[in-house]
Amino acid sequence: MNVGMDVLQIAVVIGLLLLIVKPLGTYIYHVFSNEPNKTDRIFHPVEKFIFWLTGLKNRSEMSWKRYALSLLLTNAVLTVIGFTILRIQKWLPLNPNGIDNMGTTLSFNTIISFMTNTNLQHYSGETGLSYFSQMIVIMMMMFTSAATGIVVAIAFIRGITKKGGTLGNFFTDFVKAHTRLLIPLAIVVTLVLVGLKVPQTLDSTIQAQTITGETQQIAIGPVASLESIKHLGTNGGGFFGVNSSHPFENPNPLTNVIEILSMWAIPASLTYTFGRFAKNQKQGWIVFSVMSILFVAFLSLVYISESNGNPVLNSVGADVSQGSMEGKETRFGIAQSALFTTVTTSATTGSVNNMHDTLTPLGGLVPMSLMMLNVVFGGDGVGLVNMLMYAILAVFLAGLMVGRTPEFLGRKIEPHDMKLIAIAILAHPLIILGPTAISFLTNLGSGAITNPGFHGISQVLYEYTSSAANNGSGFEGLADNTPFWNIMTGVVMFLGRYVSIIALLGVAGSLSHKKWVPETIGTFRTDNKLFAGVLLGTVILIGALTFLPVLVLGPIAEYLTLG
Amino acid sequence: MDSTNKRKKLITSEIVKYALGQSFVKLNPMVMIKNPVMFVVELGTFIVLLLTLFPSSFGAEANFGFNLTVFIVLLFTVLFANLAEAIAEGRGKAQANALKQTKTDVTANKVQSGGGVKSVPATELRKGDIVIVAQGEMIPGDGEVIAGIATVDESAITGESAPVMKEAGGDFCSVTGGTRVVSDQIKVRITSDPGESFLDRMISLVEGAKRQKTPNEIALNILLITLTVIFLIVVVTLAPIAKYVGVNLEIPVLISLLVCLIPTTIGGLLSAIGIAGMDRVTQFNVLAMSGKAVEAAGDINTMILDKTGTITFGNRMASDIMPVGQANVADVASWAAISSIQDETPEGRSVMEWVRKNGYTFDESKARDAEFIEFKAETRMSGMDLKNGWKVRKGAIDAVKQWVTTQGGTIPADLTDKGNHIASEGGTPLAVAVNDQMLGLIYLKDTVKPGMRERFEQLRKMGIKTIMCTGDNPLTAATIAREAGVDDFIAESKPEDKIAVIRREQAEGKLVAMTGDGTNDAPALAQADVGLAMNSGTIAAKEAANMVDLDSDPSKIIEVVSIGKQLLMTRGALTTFSIANDVAKYFAIIPAMFMLAIPEMHVLNVMGLGSPMSAILSALIFNAVIIPLLIPLAMKGVAYKPMSASKLLSRNLVLYGLGGVIAPFIGIKIIDLVVHLWI
Repeated sequence: MNVGMDVLQIAVVIGLLLLIVKPLGTYIYHVFSNEPNKTDRIFHPVEKFIFWLTGLKNRSEMSWKRYALSLLLTNAVLTVIGFTILRIQKWLPLNPNGIDNMGTTLSFNTIISFMTNTNLQHYSGETGLSYFSQMIVIMMMMFTSAATGIVVAIAFIRGITKKGGTLGNFFTDFVKAHTRLLIPLAIVVTLVLVGLKVPQTLDSTIQAQTITGETQQIAIGPVASLESIKHLGTNGGGFFGVNSSHPFENPNPLTNVIEILSMWAIPASLTYTFGRFAKNQKQGWIVFSVMSILFVAFLSLVYISESNGNPVLNSVGADVSQGSMEGKETRFGIAQSALFTTVTTSATTGSVNNMHDTLTPLGGLVPMSLMMLNVVFGGDGVGLVNMLMYAILAVFLAGLMVGRTPEFLGRKIEPHDMKLIAIAILAHPLIILGPTAISFLTNLGSGAITNPGFHGISQVLYEYTSSAANNGSGFEGLADNTPFWNIMTGVVMFLGRYVSIIALLGVAGSLSHKKWVPETIGTFRTDNKLFAGVLLGTVILIGALTFLPVLVLGPIAEYLTLG
Repeated sequence: MDSTNKRKKLITSEIVKYALGQSFVKLNPMVMIKNPVMFVVELGTFIVLLLTLFPSSFGAEANFGFNLTVFIVLLFTVLFANLAEAIAEGRGKAQANALKQTKTDVTANKVQSGGGVKSVPATELRKGDIVIVAQGEMIPGDGEVIAGIATVDESAITGESAPVMKEAGGDFCSVTGGTRVVSDQIKVRITSDPGESFLDRMISLVEGAKRQKTPNEIALNILLITLTVIFLIVVVTLAPIAKYVGVNLEIPVLISLLVCLIPTTIGGLLSAIGIAGMDRVTQFNVLAMSGKAVEAAGDINTMILDKTGTITFGNRMASDIMPVGQANVADVASWAAISSIQDETPEGRSVMEWVRKNGYTFDESKARDAEFIEFKAETRMSGMDLKNGWKVRKGAIDAVKQWVTTQGGTIPADLTDKGNHIASEGGTPLAVAVNDQMLGLIYLKDTVKPGMRERFEQLRKMGIKTIMCTGDNPLTAATIAREAGVDDFIAESKPEDKIAVIRREQAEGKLVAMTGDGTNDAPALAQADVGLAMNSGTIAAKEAANMVDLDSDPSKIIEVVSIGKQLLMTRGALTTFSIANDVAKYFAIIPAMFMLAIPEMHVLNVMGLGSPMSAILSALIFNAVIIPLLIPLAMKGVAYKPMSASKLLSRNLVLYGLGGVIAPFIGIKIIDLVVHLWI
């Protein structure tokens, strides 16, 4: 194992991301600033057609309540359509493999999972879904849920940076997120992936004759198209059960890098978009750097931990020069696996190219912590919004120390805003720790654990954390396709998505109504290094410490008792 | 001044006694629920008490000693928080008592509708009644002087012993109930009903009876409750999860963890900080009508100040002497002094002072037995007719010029130029002449109070813009503005201009403070976010303002801003400290909780605490004693020096953020060294 090469590979990927942030962030700004620009010539006719088709004549600015309501109703309609298709997929076309209808609680879980951008999968794609379901339900939701997240971020940014009390028009934003951002990017990434040998076909499963004379079923399908939006939309639901560790989903290190960058690009670039809207690019870079600091810290932890390998194996004299390769693909190695794990859980995508269940204890702590924080880049849109919520919280705590009532971007933070923020920060620990405790109180829950002991705690905790953060990756050790788990995680995913979206859109609405306080030398600045430190401290003190006790009982205890 | 001293001495054994009593009274859950953070602690205390009293019902016999200790420490945590609030309240109560003493039974001489005078108790007076107050009598209620002139001793309210003049009409007509007429007699129209007087309001304010939480306090409280609920979730869910791996967590241990994690430090001190902040304003002889006004003062962006009385002394004073023609400065100075020896006007005295200060001498004997010529509107000159027949005059240039010419003298060519120069700088030139000789000019100007420049400099550092309002012409105004170092000025300003400026600034989102005393200031005072009225001012001004300065010193608004900022800073600093403390407490309690079942956890015991039980108790004891240790800081407020927000923030972050992380590591370790001797 060559540490130098590993660090170089990681540095190259991070360097590529840095190159993407500014142009993509600027592009997203132009998409949603609603000012005329060059790309209108291409996209305007398409959008005009869509608006004509859907009868969307009134596209005026909306208050936060109308925006949130439009968002919820749109999501609800899509949920109903998706649920129905899953329940009747057997009779629908494009089902060459004759796959049966999906069960009730599994359909409930699956549909919420995809609508909430979680993509927790309690089914296996090869056997659970027809091509029709894959393309119409899964892929459609991968687009719509990502677009939902992005427009939430845009509406939130507008609320905190512009005057007037409105957040924009949901439907316009929602359509534009598809036509100008997700669909064009998905087409490009799909073509590249196809070029790199990712299958894209509607043919049925290949019956192959192996050299030993046995018949092998090789599942294929429209993989590349799903793969692109799966990552671009920080969705994470794989075409196949084993997700991006499957050689058809992620055949080689190059596709691995493309997938990493695809899921990382939009969440990271949105910080730049925020800076553009705030008319102060430093604001955006501060948010970006706080995310990056946390990211690098966690990446280092998982990389070092995996490189050091499993101490038990070390002590029995196994060859551990490769690090802990259990559950990892040899074509990726430790560096590409560690990086993928960190990106997929920080950007709350949830695709995996290695089994998180078999990460070393501290390695497994990393994805869990990133999802508990839910602010290190985060899912499309929502990650930025969560981080900005922490920024408001940081301003409120530290801002008092300059002797003024706290203000963020010139707006005072008052009781009404704090109430809404309180709801958002309360929801996350409540829906992670509450269900985890409930699961340990009943055999319905603890019965699913496959590795008892401290690792069992990690398995359950991971499942709910992944659901609450709308990540969707699984520790995959849990026998989780039971009504109990389907319903529990379904509810957690639902609350994890919409409670904070509604509360934070409320904050944006409230802030957009406020009078601006002009900036003076006595103002608490949110665009300097000092604030980056304050923000980092707030995230750690309020976001992370909450979960310390239970992390101590899970991965940390496992780590301490292992050696 | 004795009543001021009384106020300052008030942190006495009396207050401590009162506070100790109140700490127990406040244990009443109905009272406690207003402070949700401490209510949770009290609830925990009660549960541990049950476990201690009836160990057999909970199977907790083995831990009797530990449970009892936890109970005691928790009880003290609650008591300490109560004590903090009670001390702050006690100070106000004691002040209110002092004020109430002045409100003894007063009889008033009420003028009957028929014209006669009848003695009635002051409590029976209603708005609009007319009373006569004679020398030595107490004024029975707030009112306006409608006839007569008198000196009034207002020391009971202001602490200032020098009596003040009150007369009908004008800006000095308002009188306050509870003050005493020292000389003469006045007729007063009562302007307030019983219970609504200034004194009543003052008593209820310092008593804290009507104290309402400010928006910022409410918002912070929401955050503290949220953190409490989060940690409640953490602790409640921990038990079943831990049980899965065979760790049994006792209820007192879980309660200890909860109490250590929830922000008890700030929760216990929050209301004390608010009360103490108001109290500091009162100590400063400013009455704030609400805590909101004090906090708003901390947020001020723009300050509108009257020139006269606030920035300058309001009198024109000699600031230079310029010779004309052949004369030299020493000559002009000595004759200017001689002309002013008997001149008691402020201008005259300032000439004497200028001469003395600048080291010029004059022959006093020349002025002996001289005849003083007083200033008259017709002559516009004053001066001396000396015994040797010489005549000295000083006065308006054209008047003196004419006087010199009639004596047969000539006028030096440079007089007009020099005179115009002074006028162009906003000053007033006074010509000095002896007999037929024009000697020179005295440069009179309005002088900026000492120290004002530095204060405006400080305000600039705080990010506050100052605007000076004056009735002077633009030239004079510009000169004073430059000298005082204010950012902007409005010359020839009328009362409506002030409102216009306030509205303009507010439209830009700024918060505006202003001071005023006259009736025509009232609308502007009401429009401003922070309006400070002078106690000497009219009732209308005082009603419109949200603060009243009892000493009638308009420049105090600057200190009020500092106090407002200090109040907010104290709240922020202690919140940060409280939350930062959690890191160390985690490292104390978490390994202790799990060490018995998972011995490897000792790695996390970074402080090397003696035993699991002693670790938990030490963290809990630290959590309790930090509250009384911080009471003085909560009362006094954190130190505030005007500086930019970034500097302030880094300073406070290091002190209270970093300090808040480190302090408990040291504190808990020290406590553990002692506690470990027993367990």
